[in-house]
Amino acid sequence: MKPEKVDRLATYLILAGASLVGIIVLLLLGYLLVTGLPHVSWHFLTSSSESFRSGGGIRDQLFNSLYLVVLTLLVSVPLALIAAIYLSEYAPTNRWTELLRLAIEVLSSLPSVVVGLFGYLVFVLQWGFDFSLLAGAFALTILNLPLLTRSIEDALHQVPALQRRAGLGLGMSKWRVTTKIVLPQALSGIITGAILSAGRIFGEAAALIYTAGQSAPAIDYQNWNPFSPTSFLNPMRPAETLAVHIWKVNSEGLVPDARAVSNGSVVVLIITILLFNLLARLLGNLIQRRLAK
Amino acid sequence: MQGPQQNLLKPSKESREEWLGKLVSGLAIVLIGGLVSAILIFLTVKGIALFVQGEFSLGKFLTDTTWSMSNHDYGALPMIITSFLITVLAGIVALPMAMIVAIAIAEMLPQRVERYLKPVIELLVGIPSVVYGYVGLTLIVPALQRLFGGTGFGILAATCVLFLMILPTMTSMSIDSLRGVPQDYRRASAGLGATRWQTITRVVLPSARGGILTAMVFGMARAFGEALAVQMVIGNTTIMPKGLLDPAATLTSVLTTGIGNTVMGTTANNALWSLALILLIMSLAFNILMKLFNKRGGQR
Repeated sequence: MKPEKVDRLATYLILAGASLVGIIVLLLLGYLLVTGLPHVSWHFLTSSSESFRSGGGIRDQLFNSLYLVVLTLLVSVPLALIAAIYLSEYAPTNRWTELLRLAIEVLSSLPSVVVGLFGYLVFVLQWGFDFSLLAGAFALTILNLPLLTRSIEDALHQVPALQRRAGLGLGMSKWRVTTKIVLPQALSGIITGAILSAGRIFGEAAALIYTAGQSAPAIDYQNWNPFSPTSFLNPMRPAETLAVHIWKVNSEGLVPDARAVSNGSVVVLIITILLFNLLARLLGNLIQRRLAK
Repeated sequence: MQGPQQNLLKPSKESREEWLGKLVSGLAIVLIGGLVSAILIFLTVKGIALFVQGEFSLGKFLTDTTWSMSNHDYGALPMIITSFLITVLAGIVALPMAMIVAIAIAEMLPQRVERYLKPVIELLVGIPSVVYGYVGLTLIVPALQRLFGGTGFGILAATCVLFLMILPTMTSMSIDSLRGVPQDYRRASAGLGATRWQTITRVVLPSARGGILTAMVFGMARAFGEALAVQMVIGNTTIMPKGLLDPAATLTSVLTTGIGNTVMGTTANNALWSLALILLIMSLAFNILMKLFNKRGGQR
């Protein structure tokens, strides 16, 4: 065959194959949305889950997931910021920095179940947190730290070196240059990275079943005292998240309407992650435009 | 000394502020170094307890084929083999698919299409693994049941789920590595009279080889470490797999179901931690493999 013919044939085949894969994936997403959306109602979102009867909702699980994301970001953003500032602004290029980067890579490739087990061993048992939101947030921080550090470091790298030199030339200290010149310019990148990472940890389950626990005890949304055991703000209570709920309902659950509950939960999960992605884009653009003015 | 001279010799306000930078540097090193060493040390200590305390021999752990907690048999070979099997199968199926989609998007379709597809791929990468597990449970398992009989739960179902799960990641990484090939290569090839397909297969793909292999290993590492999605569809029987349709158990699925049902410090519990240690070692091995591919890719 002539090369031109092969080229045309190969192009058709590749495009056909790619569209097939695309169609299958879109059908899959469509299936999840179509089977799930009818179950998502105001009642489903605002009533608590049932363990044996049907008709349960996901109020507590959804709140736990969101609250856990907030707690995790509260812990992991400062830590990642410190690590990223060091790596991008201060770290000398030597063997030790290489080792540190290797350590971050190792951290990022750990299976989440291994992170969960480490969290169980250290936070839950050793530190006596028991199954709690805080233990879950720490475990998620371990998962989140490497990726967040990398995205913040990238954001810092985007700031032109000339800006730093200008600041140093004016007699500013390196610290001042970092905090007053580099960080503000990298802000949009940092926020985008943080929100994208929020989307990632929102759906995490394997690291949580042995840290945040698999039960959602009744909580009181009127109780604003974070130290009270029934308060919704208490970080020391066990908290089943939405993703854990999907797993639990399908593997060990006893509710008769497991399918309906999980269909609905899956849709809520996917839509929330989509919202996180959109929000990251929007906020990133918005801040960028503000700064450009 | 007095007056202006003294002021010149003193450290300035700016340089005194620099201790904050040193503090941040120190904290970063302690934080990351400490965390990684803590994870490695804790999991290693727990993982070797089974053998150090003489409760079970390492050789039998790695080669014995019966895993039964009630009989104190802790032969992990079935799980090790199943874990590798589904990982390799998923990787082998996913690689050509990811390549086809990546080539279509990066080399054939107009740039505009990529702008629309990128958010979709990003969303798919971000879909949590339990959702893929749930898709497996509600679509793949029943389909396999209808096609081949039996329960549908098993190695094939797990492979399908993992394939779906790692496909978006591998695709997006492959697109990036194809995009990393300099445009000049393509122009030079076209200038020599090569067709687009010849350029792709003989110039672009070989140049992007390191990145593509890294994408494959990355996907397989994710598949190897995936716990819940696999646990939901594999059937969870800790026996040696004989066929693709048989139910089986992986290192991760046994860990997920087991840790909650055993008491800390017992032999059964220690055996589970040894499984976790295998997972840890494998994730380090995948890491080294990726480094090697990356280095080779960079040299070419």
